[in-house]
Amino acid sequence: MRRISLTVNGVKHDAMVEPRQLLVYFLREQLALTGTNVGCDTSTCGACTILVNGKSAKSCTLLAVQADGAEVTTIEGLASNGEMHPLQKAFHESHGLQCGYCTPGMIMASVDLIANNDAMSDEDIRMGLEGNLCRCTGYQNIVKSVQQAAGEMRSPAST
Amino acid sequence: MTPTKERTIAPPVRGGVGTSARRQDSVPKVKGEFAYSSDLWAEGMLWGATVRSPHPRAAIRSLDITDALTVSGVHAVLTHEDVPGRKLFGMEIVDQPVLAWDEIRYEGEPVALVAADHPENARRAADRLRVDYEELPPLVDPERAVEPDAPQLHASGNLIRHARIRCGDPAVTADVVIEGTYETAMQDQAFLGPESGLAVPAEDGGIDLYVATQWLHVDLEQLAASLGLPQDKVRITLAGVGGAFGAREDLSMQIHCCMLALYTGRPVKMMYSREESFFGHVHRHPARMHYEHGATREGELVYVKARIVLDGGAYASSSTAVCANATAFACGPYEVPNVQVDALAVYTNNPPCGAMRGFGAVQACFAYESQMDKLADALGMDPVELRMKNAMSTGSAMPTGQIVEGPAPVAELLRRVKEMSLPPAGHDAPLDLRSLPGGVSNTTHGEGIRRGVGYAIGFKNIAFSEGSDDFATARVRLFAAGGEPQVEVHSAAAEVGQGVGVVQIQVARTELGVERVTLLPADTTVGSAGSSSASRQTWMTGGAVKSACEAVRARLLERAAGELGGSPSDFSMEGGKIVSQTNGIEVSIADLLGRDSIEETREYRHRKTYPMDPETGQGDAHVAFAFAAHRAIVDVDTELGLVRVVELATAQDVGKAINPLSVEGQIEGGSAQGLGLALMEEIQVSNGRIRNPSFTDYLIPTVLDMPPMKIDVLELGDPEAPYGVKGVGEAPTISSTPAVIAALRDATGRALERAPVRPEDVVGLTEREVR
Repeated sequence: MRRISLTVNGVKHDAMVEPRQLLVYFLREQLALTGTNVGCDTSTCGACTILVNGKSAKSCTLLAVQADGAEVTTIEGLASNGEMHPLQKAFHESHGLQCGYCTPGMIMASVDLIANNDAMSDEDIRMGLEGNLCRCTGYQNIVKSVQQAAGEMRSPAST
Repeated sequence: MTPTKERTIAPPVRGGVGTSARRQDSVPKVKGEFAYSSDLWAEGMLWGATVRSPHPRAAIRSLDITDALTVSGVHAVLTHEDVPGRKLFGMEIVDQPVLAWDEIRYEGEPVALVAADHPENARRAADRLRVDYEELPPLVDPERAVEPDAPQLHASGNLIRHARIRCGDPAVTADVVIEGTYETAMQDQAFLGPESGLAVPAEDGGIDLYVATQWLHVDLEQLAASLGLPQDKVRITLAGVGGAFGAREDLSMQIHCCMLALYTGRPVKMMYSREESFFGHVHRHPARMHYEHGATREGELVYVKARIVLDGGAYASSSTAVCANATAFACGPYEVPNVQVDALAVYTNNPPCGAMRGFGAVQACFAYESQMDKLADALGMDPVELRMKNAMSTGSAMPTGQIVEGPAPVAELLRRVKEMSLPPAGHDAPLDLRSLPGGVSNTTHGEGIRRGVGYAIGFKNIAFSEGSDDFATARVRLFAAGGEPQVEVHSAAAEVGQGVGVVQIQVARTELGVERVTLLPADTTVGSAGSSSASRQTWMTGGAVKSACEAVRARLLERAAGELGGSPSDFSMEGGKIVSQTNGIEVSIADLLGRDSIEETREYRHRKTYPMDPETGQGDAHVAFAFAAHRAIVDVDTELGLVRVVELATAQDVGKAINPLSVEGQIEGGSAQGLGLALMEEIQVSNGRIRNPSFTDYLIPTVLDMPPMKIDVLELGDPEAPYGVKGVGEAPTISSTPAVIAALRDATGRALERAPVRPEDVVGLTEREVR
């Protein structure tokens, strides 16, 4: 067992983990943060996407020990002061989900995408989300949701 | 065709029928708070694991659990001897062992179960189970399986069903005759949330199961039988479902998880990995289809002859019904006077196949639409014109003799997709590699690229067919809280992502004029809703909620008449109030109810259907039909075989869009799954073994594979259905596959008789092999 120390959604955690423990199972089983889903186990589907030090990462192919000292954000940590993040609002408003299993990963990947790209075309959004699979929506409303949220996040009104 | 007019008593309420009301589950889903079956947890729970056969066909000589039991943390190792009740299960034919005992019939067949304190210990113990197998040569060719000297995989023989259509003159001849042999591969539903559930033993000796499934009550019947429990001791609650698409209609871990929980007296959770999921559910039947079409020189269809062989794999699942669909829809939505169809579903040692979105109609549509293009080519006709000339319409007779009574806008849908504007040809300067096949792999700068356009139309039945007693149940309760009327809706309809939850809420809002509607969790304490399949839930459970609301409304108006004087017909509900037509007295619903509530439960049934005659296929087997047409535009790198779908356009009649946003979502998602079958999706099975059980090797469309769509939704109101609805979910999956492949043929001039089309097919390396 190894001791790790990390911040998850603003809360500091010290924990003992098996060196082989995957970060996603640490989050789901030890911290009970089940919003991050496991869809494929092979870092293909992106359902497990989280932010590690602000960068999107697939938590099914990271070890918990790799997150030692890191600042991790999961879908549960996205809302602030009870107010949903613009991406959460947009996926709700623009019907960016059906079964919703891919949604936390889609949203977390989009947080990074929007933060690191200026005005994006639909094609840019598609390129940025290629690593996240959705089986229900055919992606049309996911692209729409991200576009809507990006607009809101960049508008001068939202600070 | 005019839409059915519904009497609305209440003034329009916000979020009712016909609005894009937001889903009741989307806020918890975007916040990560929605509890999928894989998120469940109970105090003191154990983890279950399944031991599966590594061989597609084998005899089990012996099973030794001794070593497995010694692994630390193990609480139980169970085999077929521990199945408390019926050792077989199955939805239509009870032929599948809960745990195999003498013979293995497919790779991955469950042999034993383990419960341990940790999933890793459970898997470690599973590895220690010693099974002595005598490997046998697997029977993997479905054509071979029906030869008289083939080894028999089941006591009933290898033929699951042979469905036929005999219509018109079998000896008729035609001016122009074309033939073709087509294949579709085994497709996986590839829902994103693998199979999982939690079983909790109850004090009464019964069991509570929380599981992601499509049909709670058919699970319950099979569970009770195999657990040896009366049905009232088995209670199932729907856990959050991460997609379904047919794959959750059959049982996967349900019996296993309950067995472990009952044996250990502890809650047990099971959760498949993605790899196990490929072995843990049924897939879309691969099909081999030989077709012969005869037509006049003017392009009128004279006859269709078809032989369709569906590989059912090791167990029957829903093969009989898939076979019936492939038969009934074998000729497509066209008027054909003379038809001979033979469709066979057979047992092999391949993975079991059953329900997937489109259910038998997908395979046939690829074949008949490929034939229509081939025929158009032979006649020198425009392929859309040929289709429109032969299009079925209301009043047409199907080859089964059934008259199509509802709207059948075949020609109209084709005309609409044909007339939609085309995306610009060529590429913008400066060159954007992302817009080319091969993308940023930089495989071409435009040289060798050809554009193709293809069309297809398909159709399929809505709801259960061939005489099954198809019904849905809903319970509706009206009460007052905080001075406001509120409604609770309770049904067992499985919300699998498609949006049947918000549909029920919308129906209740419209029928009772009350905006505050809560949907209770789907469970087996209310009657069956039937399956979330066959595009049936909006019609069936929507219909049940509507009936229950009508009954609640009638009782409320009776009560008003009783308290205020007059007869119930003197009163109406308007904006949360009861209004007397005669003297204008008003009373709020909340005041009228006080502390009482009004609750009604209703079952909704669609009209009776009849089996297809086993010799001739004749019979009114279906209640209604859904139609959709697609136009696909592709760019093909003809040298490397790489494909980029530029655009998909579709037109579909949905009868009535209860929730237009959900309808579009279903059309887009369904079209994507059809595109997947056209271009990439195939479970590769070699000598009975799955070679690609992972998302790295089984590809589904990414956001880059799926192009923007143009969608035209028609609402032609089916007079049979509540609000005139038709099912939406399956039709788009049916016609998108042949449209994409037609576009590839247009671009390459190649025959492309197999779906999915691979790069080697596009460049012509496999043309002989297919024939």
